[in-house]
Amino acid sequence: MEPAVELIDAHKSYGPVEALKGVNITVPRGELVALLGPNGAGKTTSINLMLGLRKPTSGQVKLFGLDPNDRRARSRCGVMLQESGVPDTLTVRELVELFGSYYPHPMPPARAIAFAGLEEQAKRASGKLSGGQRQRLYFALAICGDPELIFFDEPTVGMDVESRRGFLDNIREFARAGKTIVLTTHYLEEADELAERIIVVDRGIVVADATPDEIKARVVGKRVSFATAQPLSEADLRGLPYSRLELSGGRVRLFSNAPEAVLRDLFNRGVEIRDLTVVGADLEEAFIAITHEAEKETVA
Amino acid sequence: MSAAAVTTREVAPIGRMLFLQTRAQLLSRLRTPAFSVLSLALPVMFFALFNAIYGGQQVAPGVNAGKYILVSYSVYAVANVMVFNFGIGTANERSRKLDLLQRAMPLPPAVATAAQVLFALIFALGALLLLFAYAYLVGGIRLGAVTWIDLTWRLLLGSLPMIGLGMAIGYIAGANSAPAIVNAIYLPMSFLSGILIPFGVLPKFIQDVGQVLPLYHDGQLAWNVLGSGVANEGSGTALLWIGGWTILLVAIAVRMYRLDESRKFS
Repeated sequence: MEPAVELIDAHKSYGPVEALKGVNITVPRGELVALLGPNGAGKTTSINLMLGLRKPTSGQVKLFGLDPNDRRARSRCGVMLQESGVPDTLTVRELVELFGSYYPHPMPPARAIAFAGLEEQAKRASGKLSGGQRQRLYFALAICGDPELIFFDEPTVGMDVESRRGFLDNIREFARAGKTIVLTTHYLEEADELAERIIVVDRGIVVADATPDEIKARVVGKRVSFATAQPLSEADLRGLPYSRLELSGGRVRLFSNAPEAVLRDLFNRGVEIRDLTVVGADLEEAFIAITHEAEKETVA
Repeated sequence: MSAAAVTTREVAPIGRMLFLQTRAQLLSRLRTPAFSVLSLALPVMFFALFNAIYGGQQVAPGVNAGKYILVSYSVYAVANVMVFNFGIGTANERSRKLDLLQRAMPLPPAVATAAQVLFALIFALGALLLLFAYAYLVGGIRLGAVTWIDLTWRLLLGSLPMIGLGMAIGYIAGANSAPAIVNAIYLPMSFLSGILIPFGVLPKFIQDVGQVLPLYHDGQLAWNVLGSGVANEGSGTALLWIGGWTILLVAIAVRMYRLDESRKFS
């Protein structure tokens, strides 16, 4: 069975600006994938290629093995875009019914409206909705066709904490129902708590593609930092359970998932320790570390 | 067996899509009163005014001026709906990114355009019906059943170049400038073409300019229903001009559409 989404060595330039520099992404059916990256990293460009809104400068894009502009492929996709509009004067219900008619097997409008939590606003004109309600309307329009694959481009931007939680619950429910979901976000914890797989995009390339745990494990754990008067070398610390070591000017920083064991070993080896700090590295740090590594590699 | 048929359906049926898309256009436009009221009421008001002043005169043997004025403002009403709907409507959709989400949907662009054309037809017929009803009931104009119908199809056919003109403007102009640009082109054209004031009263050099305009030939095609001697050219000649203008303006509109597309979606 063809994967839901395939980007094969996709390049995209806007004039002199290279937005994507050879991106490979495969999303099997039923997976919930987060595209994570800072603003301008190429997330929206990737989504636009998948939606057929933009054409790759080179490389290939496929949805269910078809061209994204093929109506059969489109008929299996729902989408929530960052910037888009609907006629202000039409009501929530009219819009959901209209967008449902574009799809071969839409869900009943009332169900899509209930899903989005807009029952009370069903007869309200879309122009009179609050910002959060408007986002929920776009959510209803994304799911009303009962698609197999749903794209969300920065869906929670501008949502308050309450609606954001409800929204993420909705997405989880869809994932449980076997839908394939691709969402972009620059909220790391959002990707962490939601996705089965995180694809980190930075400066137009994929710099990491793994489970949230693997991404965190690449750097994360605890950061143990201390000063010492002894002339320590890497050899003195060999065998300690750390993932990364930095030695500079009498200061030692090491990253470990077992900081207690590290400290016990250090004491046992008679290493003199001053000014000790042990702090948790979070996904944010992992993310910064990953993108910095990528930067170093591209510079070198 | 129906279950199997349902599961193998890969795309939505066009009919229902077209119906709902057209309905959405109509609803959304009717709920924007500024546009609707102007398009529907202005032709009636103009007709009422000029019919009251000049209606009793004769424009040709046996043709009273009331009929001539009615045909003039019928042309105005239909062309007005076409040029404004396609001009301002398209510019609005683009500037408010209504086209973006729609574009990502499994809605064929041809269906979206067909819905726009259908909507414009319905709206134009509505404007005509209102004007005809007023002319018949209040203005006392009697044309005969065949002539009313003859006039209607001429008006719709004659307004085709205006669809092209409106779309061309809609794909170049922003939402704020589109109304000004449409007015700046359409209003002078209506005068030069003898639609708002009789062609005969215009100075010769203006008539020379007016005679090539699409709206002039739209008017000529329509006035032919009042019998020979009223229009300056026959229906055949008028139709040829209208065909030529339609091809030219639609070609320009398609070019503008492609430019806009390649800017946003390439």
